[in-house]
Amino acid sequence: MKTRSLVSIDDLTTEEIIKILDLAAEFEKNPVQDILRGKVVATLFFEPSTRTRLSFESAVNKLGGKVIGFTDSSNSSVTKGETLNDTIRTVNNYVDLIVMRHPIEGSARYASEIATVPVINAGDGANQHPTQTMLDLYSILKTQGTLDNLNICMVGDLKYGRTVHSLLMAMSRWKTSFNFVAPEELMMPDEYKLYLKNLGLEYYETIDLNEVINMTDIVYMTRVQRERFSDPMEYEKVKNAYVLQENMLAETKPGMKILHPLPRVNEISTDVDSNNKAYYFEQALNGVYTRQAIISTLLGLK
Amino acid sequence: MKNINDKKQLLVSAIESGTVIDHIPAATLFKVIKILGLDKIKNQITFGTNLDSKTDGKKAIIKIAGKFFEDDDINRIALVAPNAKLNIIQDYKVTEKRVVEVPDTIIAIAKCMNPKCITNFEKVTTRFRVVSKKPVALKCQYCEKITDQERLEII
Repeated sequence: MKTRSLVSIDDLTTEEIIKILDLAAEFEKNPVQDILRGKVVATLFFEPSTRTRLSFESAVNKLGGKVIGFTDSSNSSVTKGETLNDTIRTVNNYVDLIVMRHPIEGSARYASEIATVPVINAGDGANQHPTQTMLDLYSILKTQGTLDNLNICMVGDLKYGRTVHSLLMAMSRWKTSFNFVAPEELMMPDEYKLYLKNLGLEYYETIDLNEVINMTDIVYMTRVQRERFSDPMEYEKVKNAYVLQENMLAETKPGMKILHPLPRVNEISTDVDSNNKAYYFEQALNGVYTRQAIISTLLGLK
Repeated sequence: MKNINDKKQLLVSAIESGTVIDHIPAATLFKVIKILGLDKIKNQITFGTNLDSKTDGKKAIIKIAGKFFEDDDINRIALVAPNAKLNIIQDYKVTEKRVVEVPDTIIAIAKCMNPKCITNFEKVTTRFRVVSKKPVALKCQYCEKITDQERLEII
């Protein structure tokens, strides 16, 4: 019998998403439980991602489970030339669940086919990072009380941003309207806009955040990276246009919240941090509850 | 030389029974041979290529004696020869005509165009879901990127 893995957010039905989010709320009320006693979880990080790894490890530890793994492929057998296939087959013998981050796209799906224990994709290159999407959904649900009829404003690198693409696909399951704020070079790719159009969902594109910030329920900030620009001059021109400042929040909706997948560099000014609309650090905490919910669901414990 | 393309004159000799695959683009003849594994079977095979065709420019034709294909097998060539026509021959006569159709899933035939895809790093059998049949667009089961007709490469 094949166990259930979470590789892509599309692996979950809307019903399953809601169930996991409900479960995350339970874990938020009662985060320390002994349901993983005797279970071992592998965290295989073929590339470093401290935040994601610590969040998973915290989730497992609070549930009484143990964690083994590596934090960077340079100190694992990968440097000796072992294939992913062999690594997964081996680790599979030692653990009850595998959390994996890998720079190669599709590696998580491949691992899930090899492993007999559940695999959670903690990021496979530019492809998928479903637990990030789940914690984003949880943060939206928690702050807005619903996932329906919201206006979401995505800001920054919308062309290459994996998190915004996954969140867009996930939120398109509900009646959501989108604002896309990005420099010309980093606009939302056509395939996503077409996807929304076919679903009859509304979107609006602009290069100016001030134009739309007052009508939105969620501002989802992402980092505009210098290396994404073919012309360095273009980067210099736009780099400060997508920085959120405290004074831009004055006329925004009272319940509006600012999310960011983190790490932040300079795209949210630190003077925003003390504003009650800043939610990015709580969002990171929500990641622990969401991952507890996902792990216990995949192991059939809840 | 003038009558070389005369319809009446057979450039590739007739077979008594078996399958004739016509209207293969000349450029993909050897891919068709590879996909169907014709280079590994003992049947008598004759083929012609760079033949003039009214509809396809330069075409190729393959005649395989004593061989009949299942739909699932023959549809595998649809990626490289979408307009191929099959004539099933019994006793020198065409007893059935068939066309090919792009299947819903493509396994172990195409290469994923994404250089960062796991299938281009390890020995993974490629698997695609066909998201569009004309023009062909394939979604990789692993990296989830789309390989379109222009970037399609046969393994």
